[in-house]
Amino acid sequence: MGSYVELFIKAVFVENLALSFFLGMCTFLAVSKRIETALGLGAAVVAVQLITVPANTFLYKYVLDEGALAWAGLPDIDLSFLGLVTYIGVIAAMVQILEMVLDKYFPPLFHALGIYLPLITVNCAILGGTLFSVRRDYTMGESIVYGIGSGFGWALALVALAGIREKLKYSDVPAGLQGLGITFIIVGLMSLGFMAFAGIQL
Amino acid sequence: MSPTAKRALLQPIVDENPVTLHVLGICSALAVTTSLLPSLYMCVALTAVAAFSNAAVSAIRHVLPSSIRIIVQMTIIASLVIVVDESLQAFAFETSRELSVFVGLIITNCIVLGRTESFASKNPVGLSFLDGIGNGLGYSTILILVATSRELLGAGTLLGYTILPNVADGGWYKPNGMMLLPPSAFFVIGLIIWAVRTWKAEQVEKPDFRIHEVHRTEAL
Amino acid sequence: MPEPSQDSGAKTDTVLRTLLVALLVSLVCSSFVASAAVVLKPRQVENAILEMRRNILVVAGLWAPEAGVDELFESVEPRVVDLETGAYAEDIDPETYDPVEAAKDPASSVRVPSEIDIAKVGRRAKHALVYLVRRDGEVSKIILPISGYGLWSTLYGFLALEADGNTVSDITFYAHGETPGLGDFIVKPEWRELWRGKRAFDDSGALELQVVKGRVSANDPLAEYHVDGVSGATLTGNGVSNMMKYWLGDHGYGPFLKNIEGGGES
Repeated sequence: MGSYVELFIKAVFVENLALSFFLGMCTFLAVSKRIETALGLGAAVVAVQLITVPANTFLYKYVLDEGALAWAGLPDIDLSFLGLVTYIGVIAAMVQILEMVLDKYFPPLFHALGIYLPLITVNCAILGGTLFSVRRDYTMGESIVYGIGSGFGWALALVALAGIREKLKYSDVPAGLQGLGITFIIVGLMSLGFMAFAGIQL
Repeated sequence: MSPTAKRALLQPIVDENPVTLHVLGICSALAVTTSLLPSLYMCVALTAVAAFSNAAVSAIRHVLPSSIRIIVQMTIIASLVIVVDESLQAFAFETSRELSVFVGLIITNCIVLGRTESFASKNPVGLSFLDGIGNGLGYSTILILVATSRELLGAGTLLGYTILPNVADGGWYKPNGMMLLPPSAFFVIGLIIWAVRTWKAEQVEKPDFRIHEVHRTEAL
Repeated sequence: MPEPSQDSGAKTDTVLRTLLVALLVSLVCSSFVASAAVVLKPRQVENAILEMRRNILVVAGLWAPEAGVDELFESVEPRVVDLETGAYAEDIDPETYDPVEAAKDPASSVRVPSEIDIAKVGRRAKHALVYLVRRDGEVSKIILPISGYGLWSTLYGFLALEADGNTVSDITFYAHGETPGLGDFIVKPEWRELWRGKRAFDDSGALELQVVKGRVSANDPLAEYHVDGVSGATLTGNGVSNMMKYWLGDHGYGPFLKNIEGGGES
């Protein structure tokens, strides 16, 4: 159990997908203008990660990996080169399903998220989370924890940035830096701050 | 070359730069730029994928049903990326290890999907191919600028050759360690954006609101 | 994204067309990808083997860029070792044995108990692939693959010991993701030089080899077992020390090295 907690904390702070690995930057920089939208997108990302990371890890372990198809009597087949396409397919499908579920059972949330929901499909943080989990050979339990943790870390960074940008609205930023430029510098500083978490062992 | 072709090829370099104006393709621009060589490989890989996926999507644009449009585009892009990844492992093994996760991430690189969706699905094959190259060039420009600053200032080398002799090797240059850390990429890009927008004022974003000074004499 | 509704006449056409296009695209893409993968695979495998051999030659001090890797590798003899007993396992072919694959299979691997897993290895194969460097028929160096967690990443490398199984000759790391400019001191030649001549076990057989914080002081009674650390990169250095503690300990190559010391078969 302890190792799950450590894995979670590491995924949120030490290996934050947004601030340590810079994944999902495009949406990260574009959606961070207001806290409400940031919260909505963050929640959606956590939901998608929670489902896709374990699902893709499962697929890799039992279908794609070299020798993984041994249970079906085909131990010599190595389908690992189909990894990327499979993961994307799974992610796209999960996002589509999530969209339909939200539309049917949580319409207000569905409308609040609007266009950002399909944008999750191309969020590199989602694919990145899957790739890390596969590369590090996580067990199913670890992949679930990592899925939640990595999604939560990204969401946390997003909401924090949105908070800072809202506060920044009254500042006198030079014209050339206005908007995107100053956001880059803020994220750089946030990223430096997150480096303080390096090496934390629980 | 026709004016539209020229525009497709050259505009994304500064005026419509995917990274500094459209906020696309940021992830890899930050992560691989610690040194110049892997960045160059990344530029070539992305430009190739963007150009060929644009061409492929453009070729089937009239027969592609709208409902599966995104998935098909992603399948095409993913296939191209896998081939690029496999080729890197076969012909440039050392670099492939360094680039590992980030080559795979070209699939979700917003530039590639963004252009197939917004340009290739509505334009002829030749033009789409050039647009892919143009955006690849725009991306490469930023990547090369960032990687050059980071490697030069962070390690004193460029492509592995020593340009600024290191103090540790008896020279005078004390490498700026922060340049090798990821956050420095953000700062460099932020400064590049500042420079570009000072040069091209039309790219400046309007602030949401400005506090106006009230002249006391008017109020009285 | 919800499909726009079509009138019933066009609907069948759209569904059929959609399926057809989807099928065709999948077919074309998968054949493209599969053929690339199949054609390039032999080259990739060859590259991986060549790279591994080059790393072993570097740590053995035999590497010369002008000479051929395969030629130089003739003086290197891979052997399979049963880590529990420390004896050579003659029934496993060293040319085809893959410890990384073996580590994933529960039948041929063990989980490292968390109390002793200071290097965060997780699982390791029951048999390890070690490399003996021979000169004039005699074993001159023993190359041990090592791995463990540093600060940000898993470090993979080789430790080269002299024929006595105790004196260090060299240490290299061929894969790591440590902080550039700080933690990457582990690949710098000047730091590797510091390991030459250090000893792993003291006279009573206790393991003392480790990376210390800062410089090894002149009055350090255990100076021959200690290697300088780098300030600002203590955690990476600790990672290396943990790797030494695990791999040279009883759960790692300890039994094997004791056999060597005791003059076991070579």
